Amino acid sequence: MSTEATSTESFTDSHVLDPAATTLSQDAISAEITDIHAAYRQSVVDGAKAETQPRIDFAPYRSSLLRHPTKNLHHADPETIELHSPAFGERDVHALEADLTIQHNGEPIGERIVVAGRVLDGDGRPVAGQLVEIWQANAAGRYIHKRDQHPAPIDPNFTGVGRAITGPNGEYSFTTIKPAPYPWKNHHNAWRPAHIHFSLFGTDFTQRMITQMYFPGDPLFSLDPIYQAITDADARARLVATYDHSITSHEWATGYNWDIVLTGSNRTWMEDEEGDH
Amino acid sequence: MTQASNTQAPALKLAPTPGQTIGPFYGYALPFDKDNELVNQARPGAVRLHGVVTDGAGTPIPDALLEIWQADEAGNIVARDGSLVRDGYTFTGWGRTAVDNVGHYTFTTLNPGATEEGKAPFIMLTVFARGLLNRLFTRIYLPEDTAALANDPLLASLDEAGRKTLVATREADGSLRFDISLQGEGETVFLSYPRES
Ligand SMILES: [Fe+2]
Repeated sequence: MSTEATSTESFTDSHVLDPAATTLSQDAISAEITDIHAAYRQSVVDGAKAETQPRIDFAPYRSSLLRHPTKNLHHADPETIELHSPAFGERDVHALEADLTIQHNGEPIGERIVVAGRVLDGDGRPVAGQLVEIWQANAAGRYIHKRDQHPAPIDPNFTGVGRAITGPNGEYSFTTIKPAPYPWKNHHNAWRPAHIHFSLFGTDFTQRMITQMYFPGDPLFSLDPIYQAITDADARARLVATYDHSITSHEWATGYNWDIVLTGSNRTWMEDEEGDH
Repeated sequence: MTQASNTQAPALKLAPTPGQTIGPFYGYALPFDKDNELVNQARPGAVRLHGVVTDGAGTPIPDALLEIWQADEAGNIVARDGSLVRDGYTFTGWGRTAVDNVGHYTFTTLNPGATEEGKAPFIMLTVFARGLLNRLFTRIYLPEDTAALANDPLLASLDEAGRKTLVATREADGSLRFDISLQGEGETVFLSYPRES
């Protein structure tokens, strides 16, 4: 976790900023999203299974155009290494890494929050003793990253990186600062809803995932092609944390709950199956 | 190990949380010291696994993050901590690396052994990138055991072009070369598994 990028640098990173993309209007992007969602809803009416994941081919997110596989994912029967996951422990992560507000000499600026919840697998079993990593913008919407050009202030007391190991019931808790929305270059006047990036491991490496947690009621949701790449409204709602007053602490921090469900483990049921023979 | 088909897999009790793109700003958060060194370069048996990640225009992409997960040389799947704080001696089987500005990546690792007699050894690979809305999984097979490769159920289910994308090339110096094409010409075969939804 380095903070060296806080120094001023000149930013000429053309692959992050696509000048052509900035001429597109929000209305044009929103119309594309509306059409894809309408077609999806019709497909469900016609009997298609509800989608739980984002489309990887989602043109309103322009950077996806050349970066999604065109062939269908190929089904694999998981075996050997795919039925296991790397192990992380106290050697890897210090307990204090879950507090993003104490990494520097002073208090970061912004709204102090606690984000807490559980990591579960698709069978509802807690994922215990596994690594959770987060990263986020600061209270002004700025990342400590040399490619972030947003002219909002860097906070010398906030890096925005945290790690934790889940407890025996899959629980995690991060203390941080509420991130702000930030502009990006997908189209003209494009803004990301405020979010925290989450990286998660399960008991099988096939459960590995990276996602983003959002805050309730964000007015930018409907405008954001990354969030709206999840065509299903119920699935989108699963990325939004809930304000939870039982996590809020007296005169200290407001609290949000967000539980994460990974895909199903294949090791457990395949072992059960083997036991039957 | 049971060869189970998707149709036998029990339904999930809970709907899985959607993935999202890793975005452009992971570079100060996810990489760590010796993240791509599963073993020290000086260790006997250390091999370089490397390649380039390209997009649908064949252009190398500078903002992808890769992770590998594999057995050791004897085919043992280890479950040891110490991947994030490497001591230089413990093989944990897992590594991570961000590609460089020209889309190139390098891991220093071991050739995985066969986890069972006659099985084709492979390394599991996960791809994350800006512009990629969800992670992708694939396998990097070692090229040597041609009999095992010929008997591999996954490879057997692919056409020749697809099969080629999953088998690494052994270079003269012993390195493994494995390029990743996200789209188009030579598009890598990416995998789905049972119980994803
Ligand atoms: Fe972000």
